[in-house]
Amino acid sequence: MIEYLQILGQEVYKVIFLLVPILVSVAMIVWLDRRVWGLVQKRKGPNVVGPFGLFQTLADALKYIFKEIIIPASANKVVFILAPIVTMTLALVAWAVIPMSENLVLADINVGILYLFAVSSLGVYGIIMGGWASNSKYPFLGAIRSAAQMVSYEVSIGIIIINVLLCVGSLNLNDIVLAQRELWYVIPLFPMFVIFFISALAETNRPPFDLPEAEAELVAGYQTEYSGMMYAMFWLGEYANILLMCAMGSILFLGGWLPIMDVYPLNIIPAPFWMIIKILFLFLLFALIKAIVPRYRYDQLMRLGWKIFLPFSLIYLVMTASFLFYFDKLPKVSI
Amino acid sequence: MLVHSIFFYFFSIIAIFSSLMVITSRSTINSVFFLILDFISVGCLFIMVGAEFLGMILLIVYVGAVAVLFLFVVMMLNVAEQKQSWFIGKKSTHIPTGLIVSVLILLELLVVVGGWKYKENVMSSSTLLLSKTSNTHQLGLVMYTDYILYFQLAGIVLLLAMIGAILLTFRERVGVKKQSYINQISRDPSNAVELFDVKSNKGVKIDD
Repeated sequence: MIEYLQILGQEVYKVIFLLVPILVSVAMIVWLDRRVWGLVQKRKGPNVVGPFGLFQTLADALKYIFKEIIIPASANKVVFILAPIVTMTLALVAWAVIPMSENLVLADINVGILYLFAVSSLGVYGIIMGGWASNSKYPFLGAIRSAAQMVSYEVSIGIIIINVLLCVGSLNLNDIVLAQRELWYVIPLFPMFVIFFISALAETNRPPFDLPEAEAELVAGYQTEYSGMMYAMFWLGEYANILLMCAMGSILFLGGWLPIMDVYPLNIIPAPFWMIIKILFLFLLFALIKAIVPRYRYDQLMRLGWKIFLPFSLIYLVMTASFLFYFDKLPKVSI
Repeated sequence: MLVHSIFFYFFSIIAIFSSLMVITSRSTINSVFFLILDFISVGCLFIMVGAEFLGMILLIVYVGAVAVLFLFVVMMLNVAEQKQSWFIGKKSTHIPTGLIVSVLILLELLVVVGGWKYKENVMSSSTLLLSKTSNTHQLGLVMYTDYILYFQLAGIVLLLAMIGAILLTFRERVGVKKQSYINQISRDPSNAVELFDVKSNKGVKIDD
């Protein structure tokens, strides 16, 4: 029993060392997002609090903590309070399997990519629960839109993951990274990378697919009735999810923690550094797209998901499979 | 081993409790939430016995997709309170049917589990544990070789169900304006713009 408690203590210690950097980096990434947005529109963005405005998010968080939490009288209180908690927990729980280097991973499980996919598909519950429990028109419409959107784009993300898995032959995230030693999958599977990126935008409700919170039609979507820390938790969960999608993209296509080339000055740089660079690169693309592209209409969004991405990724899956089969490049499994 | 059994009892108590709550709770929405909790705890039990692939698929398919649709339907239909119940108020007419189905399932389970107990080599997990491959590989090896016919048949049944559902709800609407992307892109000024000399007091007829 004592031994078990010791192991548990070590795990808690590891979990804290994983969660604190993620929360800090979420705060920094919000700042980066707003900065990039400002630069594109020829503004300065947040630049007052701290050096370059770096502490802006912390100031915002403090403001949220001290604000009053208002629960609408007609809301279903339990579900209303549960919704932001679910969103944030699911966004943080998924980070347990993300490898930052070969050994630096909290849980190196066999079905890592399935775990990531499962947790990201559960993310829709926070939104539905929040929208329904608010008992108000705009949140409910926003929640319904968002649920339909997330379920539709999950399908194409699933098929893209199968494409990568065919080339790797394992569901373990470290194996997926190691299989890209010679060639990152972004080169042979480039169309899949593009589709993955766009589906990730839709999955995390980012512009141009931010229909659930389209302010011109739905006030603030499912977050309309939320205030104070509960709103901040939704917002933290959303950005943690965006970072998670970036991490997933860099593991599946950009070689995870591998250096760009395995040559002398590059391969002495520690592995987590490369992972962070790749996540940041993908996040910059997310931020740029938020600033550049106008919002899609709802039927256009559904058409893109079901009529273009789904058939195209299925055809690409068949092509990948036949290529691997005829050139005898299918991954060998030792039995 | 002690820790293992603690976790086992933890998850199974949650599973049984939440499945009881699914059928007894008055609010339909709460029923769906308890159903989700039930799925999750059963998924955890799957992972505990080493069937991590099945556990994850249960989470993805049932919790991530099926239960979302349940929630959707329940929220849209606005059936917040269940009128019929086991003990209070009007007696339900669905309960006898439900009881018959559940007794049948219990009998089937008894037959199957009894078979395992009677002849132990009918199903043994030793084949799974002895080999080095993960159970994802094992499933793939069996499913796409020995049982390919059943696998394909299951797929066809699902496809038929999908076609049937679409056919039932499909209705052709007339007079709906649709966006044609090809027509939009292939427009150019030479055939989209027409110039008129407008005579005074005559006007021009456009858009007939």
